[in-house]
Order: sequence, then C-alpha cells, then structure tokens
Amino acid sequence: MRAVISVIGKDRPGILAFAANECARRSINIEDVTQKVLEDMFTMIMIVTVPDDPEEYHAFVTELEAAGEEQALKIHVMHEDIFNAMHRI
Amino acid sequence: MRSDYILETVRMIEEECLDIRTITMGISLLDCCDSDIDRSCEKIYSKITRCAKDLVKTAQDISKEYGIPIINERISVTPISLLVSVSGGDPVKYAKTLDRAAKDVGVNFIGGYSALVQKGMTEGDRALIESIPEALACTDIVCSSVNIGSTKAGINMDAVRLMGQIVRKSAELTKDNNCFGASKLVVFCNAVEDNPFMAGAFHGISEPDVCVHVGVSGPGVVREAVKEAGPDKTMDEIAEVIKKTAFKITRMGQLVGTLAAERLGVPFGIVDLSLAPTPAVGDSVARILEEIGLESTGGPGTTACLAMLNDAVKKGGVMASSSVGGLSGAFIPVSEDAGMIEAAEQGTLSIEKLEAMTAVCSVGLDMIIIPGDTTAETISAIIADEAAIGMINNKTTACRLIPAIGKQEGETLNFGGLLGYGPVMPVRKVKPDTMVNRGGRIPSPIHSLKN
Repeated sequence: MRAVISVIGKDRPGILAFAANECARRSINIEDVTQKVLEDMFTMIMIVTVPDDPEEYHAFVTELEAAGEEQALKIHVMHEDIFNAMHRI
Repeated sequence: MRSDYILETVRMIEEECLDIRTITMGISLLDCCDSDIDRSCEKIYSKITRCAKDLVKTAQDISKEYGIPIINERISVTPISLLVSVSGGDPVKYAKTLDRAAKDVGVNFIGGYSALVQKGMTEGDRALIESIPEALACTDIVCSSVNIGSTKAGINMDAVRLMGQIVRKSAELTKDNNCFGASKLVVFCNAVEDNPFMAGAFHGISEPDVCVHVGVSGPGVVREAVKEAGPDKTMDEIAEVIKKTAFKITRMGQLVGTLAAERLGVPFGIVDLSLAPTPAVGDSVARILEEIGLESTGGPGTTACLAMLNDAVKKGGVMASSSVGGLSGAFIPVSEDAGMIEAAEQGTLSIEKLEAMTAVCSVGLDMIIIPGDTTAETISAIIADEAAIGMINNKTTACRLIPAIGKQEGETLNFGGLLGYGPVMPVRKVKPDTMVNRGGRIPSPIHSLKN
C-alpha cells in the first residue's frame, strides 16, 4: 500500500537526507517527493510504498514519528486513501 | 495528489482537532430476552463480549494505519426497558451487567439503559425509569435516555413529571461525585434510533442485529475555514465554505466507518456528521459562531448564525456519505465547549437563549448546570418546553440538565475529561407546579397527521 509522509520543520541542511535515510533503512521505496521552503519553514511530502503487514507498518510509523521529534521535525504518516476520500469526488 | 490537499489534511488533524469522535457498535439484545432476569443478564454479557471483543483493537489499528485519531469506542444496545418488560426483577441488574461487559471489552461508554414512552408507559418502562438514579450511581459507564415525546405521539406529560424527579434524584445520589449521574441521562423528544453519540445512544428495534456507526467531529476545522475566508465574505459565501469543509470531514468518517464495518464483519450503519465540541482549546462550536461575527455566543444574532451553520453542515455531509443519520448537525453542550463556558460565565448566554438555539441546532439543552435547589417541577417544565420545540418542529430535542446539589448560581461544577466543567446557570424561580402536576398528554400537532 501507499502512504504519504509529511515533514514540517525549521529549514536546515540534511532534512531530506534524514527522512530518506529513515526510509532506506527499512527498505521503504520512495515514489515521489515534493518540497518547499516558505520563509524558513521546510515542508516536504513523500509518497512511499509501505509494508502491507500491519505490525511492520505500525512499527515504521511509530519509529519515524519519534525520530522526527528528536530532530525537531513534525512528521506525520497517513494512508493514501484518506486524501483520495477527502479531496476527490 | 496535490500537496496543498495533503498539507490541509495534516493541518486539520495536527492543529485543528479533527478526529473521529466515536465508533459506536450497535448491538441488539432482543435475542437475550429471558423470563428469568439472571439468565437474561448472562446472555447479554456473553453477546456483548462476543460481538464487541475486537471493537477497540480494530479502531486503534485503523487509527494507527490511517493516521487519524479515533477518540472513543462505544456500544449502544436495545432499550433495556423492553427486556425488563419480559423478565421483571430489579432493572439495576441489567445496568451492572452492561457496565461489566462494557469494561471487559474496553469501551468507554455503553448506552441503552433506556425507555421509549412518548405515548404511554408499560410496567417495564416505569420500573426502568424509576431505577435510573440508582443504576447511574452504582455504575460508571452506563448511559441512560428516555424518550418522552414525538411529533407523531405528542408529549407524555406523566413521563415528563416523572423525569423531573428522576433527573434530580440522579444528581442527588451522586452529589459527592459532581452530580455525575445526571450527566449520563438524556431526556429526548423525537429520539433517533441510530445515534452514535453519548449519553443518548441506544440501538433501535428497527436496526440490524449488530452494526457500526461513526460520529465525526471537527468544530476547529470549520472555525479555521471560516477564519480563512475572512470578514468580507457574505453569509451565503460563508455557508458555502462550511459546506465544503463538512464534506471533507464526513468523507473521512465514511472511510473509517466502512473500514471498521468491513474488519469487524458487520454492516455499516450511519455517519453522524455532528460538530461535537470538547473543552480543548480550538474545539468549540461557540467559537465558530464568534468567527462568523458575534462578539460573544448568546448575544443577538446567535440563533441565525447557528441555523446557518447547522444547515450548511448537513448539506455538505449529505453529499459525502450515502448514509447520513444520527443527530447530524451542531451540538451545543455548555460544559463541553470552551466558548460556551466563557459566554455562560460572562452571563451573555442564558438558558432562555440556549432554548432558542435548540430550535435550530441538532439537539437540545445539553450539559447545562442548574442550581441545586431547582425543584423537580421546574426541571419537568424545562423538559416540556424543550420537547414542545422538538414536537412542533419535527426535530430531535433533548435535555441533559445537571442540578448541582448544594451549589448556587455562580459556583462551578467540574466533571473532567470530555464532559468538561461549567458555571451554575440561573433558572427563573416562578413556579410551573400546577401545569406539571396535571399530567396526561399534550396531543400530537396537526401536522403529524400526514397519511
């Protein structure tokens, strides 16, 4: 299944690398990345393929969000279906 | 997928308190009826723990997997008065069984300690109603409701008189615990059978054996959308903004409800697209009204804003879900809404204004704390007024009044958690006793004769 990872934080070098590394560590494939810096806020959205196994997926989400917190980044992982449901008729 | 949509959704959840307020499993207990009350209770316990054993885990899994907060898991059951009618015995046994079963499956409320008496009372109904104060005092998470009127049947004034006493007694028996009993008791007119929200949820007899309903929330999201639209927009443009926001919120509810039903292997019931506030900052319906342009909720203009809000929420939601039900609209519980609490404390929001607001919102006088010396007759009369609004306007109205035993106007009562806190609001002291004691029925209105 596909999930959307959003990363928001104060801009500094290495944020993209950090998020990409976290994904690579767990063999999670990144399909698409968009990023923007508004004033000094860094915003990035990644579309990734995540494990179908719920246990494995939950572990990934929990670890990634916690790792983000350590780096003072707000990371949120959500299932792709939510956006399709909310924003498409 | 557009990144602004993604960020909008993330912002709604992270900053604006968007959540699935409740996943409620409706369970029919009709097949648990037995002429022996103890056997009846045994069957109830085993049916609830069997049907709902995976409810909490499924909700939490969906919450994690989809990244959407799901706040509560709850259960609603067949009105227990029906079972009391068959089994006889002390109805409190049923309340204790429900409490135990609900705790064992890990839900945080169970509703359905209820009776529907809009036209008349059976022995079972009366026994149940009379047991409500004790049942609410000796259980923790059982919720009770009584329907005393409907557009079709009129208002049962005997039941109204009785409910004034029951509300008072429920508060008295729990006076050492913030009169908590009365906060778990709702008196309805035109109660709906598929409402997932507590304390008024029960599983109607026309519902399937087991099903799952979802209640979404999101006052914070609507407020933010109105704020973003700015002060220059006309009222119809604001209504359009609210409609679009309600659409998005409801779609999320529909998605979660469908998933939950599929995983639990039961039919999906309805999405209740109510704006349900909590005392948390930014999760307030009053603040939406203020964002539309009122200095304080309760002042002139409040009813008009609320009417527009309630209607726009329904219109947006109806398109988003194939099965909208429950109460669907805006809730205005005083103690659960930071903006309402503030308005009540300042004195800009009165019970009379709240009554007017209930003519255009989705429910009624909700979580209103009244002085401890308010008589049962006065409570009955307030219930009758509220039921009359529902009966004439073909809508659900309800009363959840909490007499603060031993407290006076100006003091506060604090329930904690989602139920919040609030000031004791003044009630007029002129006596309605003769009217209340007449009893009988208020006949159904002429427009109920539609056939």
